[in-house]
Amino acid sequence: MCDTCGCSTEGGAVLRKPGQSGYHVHLEGDAEHHHHGAGHDHEHHHHEAASRKVLLEQDVLQKNNLLAERNRGYFEARNIFVLNLLSSPGSGKTTLLEKIIPVLKPFIPVAVIEGDQQTTNDALRIQALGVPVIQINTGSGCHLDAQMVKGALAELDLVDNSLLFIENVGNLVCPALFDLGEALKVVIISVTEGDDKPLKYPTMFHEANLCILNKTDLLPYVEFDPVKCRQNALRVNHHLEWLEVSAKTGEGLEEWKRWIETRLQRR
Amino acid sequence: MHEMSIALSIIEAIEAKAAGEGPGRVSEVELLVGRLAGIETESLSFCFEAAAKGTIAEGARLAIEEPQGVGLCSECATSFPVSFYYAECPACRSLRVQIVSGEEFKIKSFTIEEEGK
Ligand SMILES: Nc1nc2c(ncn2[C@@H]2O[C@H](COP(=O)(O)OP(=O)(O)OP(=O)(O)O)[C@@H](O)[C@H]2O)c(=O)[nH]1
Ligand SMILES: [Mg+2]
Ligand SMILES: [Zn+2]
Ligand SMILES: [Zn+2]
Ligand SMILES: [Zn+2]
Ligand SMILES: [Zn+2]
Repeated sequence: MCDTCGCSTEGGAVLRKPGQSGYHVHLEGDAEHHHHGAGHDHEHHHHEAASRKVLLEQDVLQKNNLLAERNRGYFEARNIFVLNLLSSPGSGKTTLLEKIIPVLKPFIPVAVIEGDQQTTNDALRIQALGVPVIQINTGSGCHLDAQMVKGALAELDLVDNSLLFIENVGNLVCPALFDLGEALKVVIISVTEGDDKPLKYPTMFHEANLCILNKTDLLPYVEFDPVKCRQNALRVNHHLEWLEVSAKTGEGLEEWKRWIETRLQRR
Repeated sequence: MHEMSIALSIIEAIEAKAAGEGPGRVSEVELLVGRLAGIETESLSFCFEAAAKGTIAEGARLAIEEPQGVGLCSECATSFPVSFYYAECPACRSLRVQIVSGEEFKIKSFTIEEEGK
């Protein structure tokens, strides 16, 4: 049930704006499934049942992929460069955004879509930076999909020639399966997580364009070998680019900024 | 649990296609789920059963074919089975390996038991 208006949402995603407690939009339709009443289990036992195979040969994620392509077309038409940020919960996605956005803002308009199962906490942190932000609450859903992003786009004041960050739901497993229409995927891992993570969750690292190792300020206190982690990540994806940063101390953020600038120029 | 949303989208695709097929119920669904596709087939079967309740596919059997991962070395063109993305070419030890099979995730077909014939 929706905690704002009490309507039944059945786990459907909800859009919220930070600081506007009453505002919310239910994203329905595609994520939703309509059950049809069963009307086929009665009085036909006297008929000869004939079995027939129907070929489909359809990609299961086709619907998401088609919607993602629509989003991508929209972004390209407006020259909006989109980065999809993926990580386990707590690796530092929001903190990295808090640090990089003030650095980028003087050069290019920035906006953010925040994905979390619950709360507008992350969107409030971004709003404090003075950039447009919208929160998608996925409820029981553990990833953003292209339909949710499409809904969010309608509510977000995006300008042409800008940069959009999408912070996905903290989850290293399935957000990698769902194309949102982004230009590039950035996977974030922190030094408190274990350097074999790329081998344990290969799909995410396989799909990503850039891996950011965060919280390097904690390296003296943890058993984490950045070289080994990088090697593991490259085994999964030999095209993966690699940066090491501390969102806390700011170390390495300049390199990330340069990486973004280079990608913006290549558009 | 993305297997649930995936199960729902499978049912949706079947319903859309079945709508043009006349009355009947679906008794079997054939899926192709590559070993590298990132899908837990056990969890998917479980979710499918729940998602199918009250739909045309209620009680349908899921037949899942799980093709092996196959890598192709970009250096020496050897092709070999891989069980993960971090494959190394067994011939030349190169890590420049392209995945050529194992990422499939498709609905191949479904079987309709016709009614009223
Ligand atoms: N020491 C240290 N702590 C950090 C760093 N970056 C983030 N943190 C801390 O890690 C915790 C989680 O950071 P968030 O930015 O909220 O992580 P997130 O990935 O956005 O988390 P979710 O949105 O919940 O998935 C917070 O307590 C941050 O202060 C860092 O570079 N060094
Ligand atoms: Mg966050
Ligand atoms: Zn509501
Ligand atoms: Zn998910
Ligand atoms: Zn080789
Ligand atoms: Zn390559």
